[in-house]
Amino acid sequence: MNAPLPKRKLKVATTSLAGCFGCHMSFLDIDERILDLVELVEFDRSPITDIKHCSPDCDLGIIEGGVCNAENVHVLHEFRKNCKILIAMGACAINGGLPAQRNSLDIRDILAAVYARPGRGVHIPNDPEIPLLLNEVHPLHEVVRIDYFLPGCPPSGDAIWKFLTDLLAGRTPTLGHGLIHYD
Amino acid sequence: MSDPKTFFLDEEEIPFEEGQTIIQAALSAGKYIPHLCYHPEFKPHGSCKLCTVRIDSRTVTTEDGQTVKIPGRAAASCTTPAQAGQHVESEVPEILDLRRTLVQMLLVEGNHYCPSCEKSGKCMLQGLAYDLGVMDPHFPQYFSKREVDASHPDILLDFNRCILCELCVRASAEVDKKNVFALSGRGNTKHLICNSESGKLGDTNLAATDKAANVCPVGVILHKRHGFEVPYGQRRFDRAPISDNPAQYAPVKEQV
Repeated sequence: MNAPLPKRKLKVATTSLAGCFGCHMSFLDIDERILDLVELVEFDRSPITDIKHCSPDCDLGIIEGGVCNAENVHVLHEFRKNCKILIAMGACAINGGLPAQRNSLDIRDILAAVYARPGRGVHIPNDPEIPLLLNEVHPLHEVVRIDYFLPGCPPSGDAIWKFLTDLLAGRTPTLGHGLIHYD
Repeated sequence: MSDPKTFFLDEEEIPFEEGQTIIQAALSAGKYIPHLCYHPEFKPHGSCKLCTVRIDSRTVTTEDGQTVKIPGRAAASCTTPAQAGQHVESEVPEILDLRRTLVQMLLVEGNHYCPSCEKSGKCMLQGLAYDLGVMDPHFPQYFSKREVDASHPDILLDFNRCILCELCVRASAEVDKKNVFALSGRGNTKHLICNSESGKLGDTNLAATDKAANVCPVGVILHKRHGFEVPYGQRRFDRAPISDNPAQYAPVKEQV
């Protein structure tokens, strides 16, 4: 009888687009349970590892923040291409969140309001290294296909833990009362 | 004396009084049916459709011996009178899916940014979405462009979150006798308006103590200087799901 295959750790990549990094902070709120998590997963591209690009064989991609500029679009496409499963984590990833409150305003008016200073003229930064701003902030599922959504601003450490342990155990993640929150 | 009249809600026998609608009888009996535009003190409106139920589905056996369920008619339980012996389905997967879709449509149609909304934690739309397990918006975000009216000294109007339930319209007309609010337009241009020459709330005779100023189920009509008073974790729907204690939504008994 063949010996069972060694269990492979799942590769997890994470990133923050137009978000505040609060969801990643909340991720750390799973506290010592992160030791149980690293028994099951290894982190690929992530602020924890500082790897700049996803490996082509990632299993999970966890993304916080919406899409507000050209670089966000690029990173999101890279995640979709390299990750088997994409999770939109947090309010900004799911409906644009607070950054999307600028969507009712004209982008030229916003830039002028931010950069025009009385007596100092208007100089809107246009260095080619600065990602081009989009007219509107978009939730992730309007740009690429998203497999799972984890709401919250941010989702609590307990919600993230329940969501990930459900998923890693092969169950459809569900959050009951007290864990499902939009704020 | 005749037997009390009853109908069946998810196979459970529910008593009702003559003239009661399905939702009134269900809530009186302690059975929760989700709703947004229904309010125990006002005439039913039937606009949000969250309280949709299926009535009198039938099971038939075909010629080849297969059992087939023929779905009954879908109806808003807030406007449909209860009838003796009828079979009503509410907590069944197909109806829950329908309600989930309705909540998702309401969430994407307005600008519902819960983290910055003072109603968060006690918003009925949010409470319903939690209860139905809505994890995603499903539809593209509409990002409607709507104004805010801060002209009233005590009340702020944020039209971004209006779900057109008309509770404020009905409260103002039926209880306050003031007709401060109305809906105008059709289709996706339909919106809440204030009854004053300028169109501003500050030029109406609305008082902060009026029923209309205290009945909004979402975060449109907000009292100024009262934001975020209850800490996160202790707010209404933090403590208990919206479906707990259905009696709070039961019809108000008239005092004799």
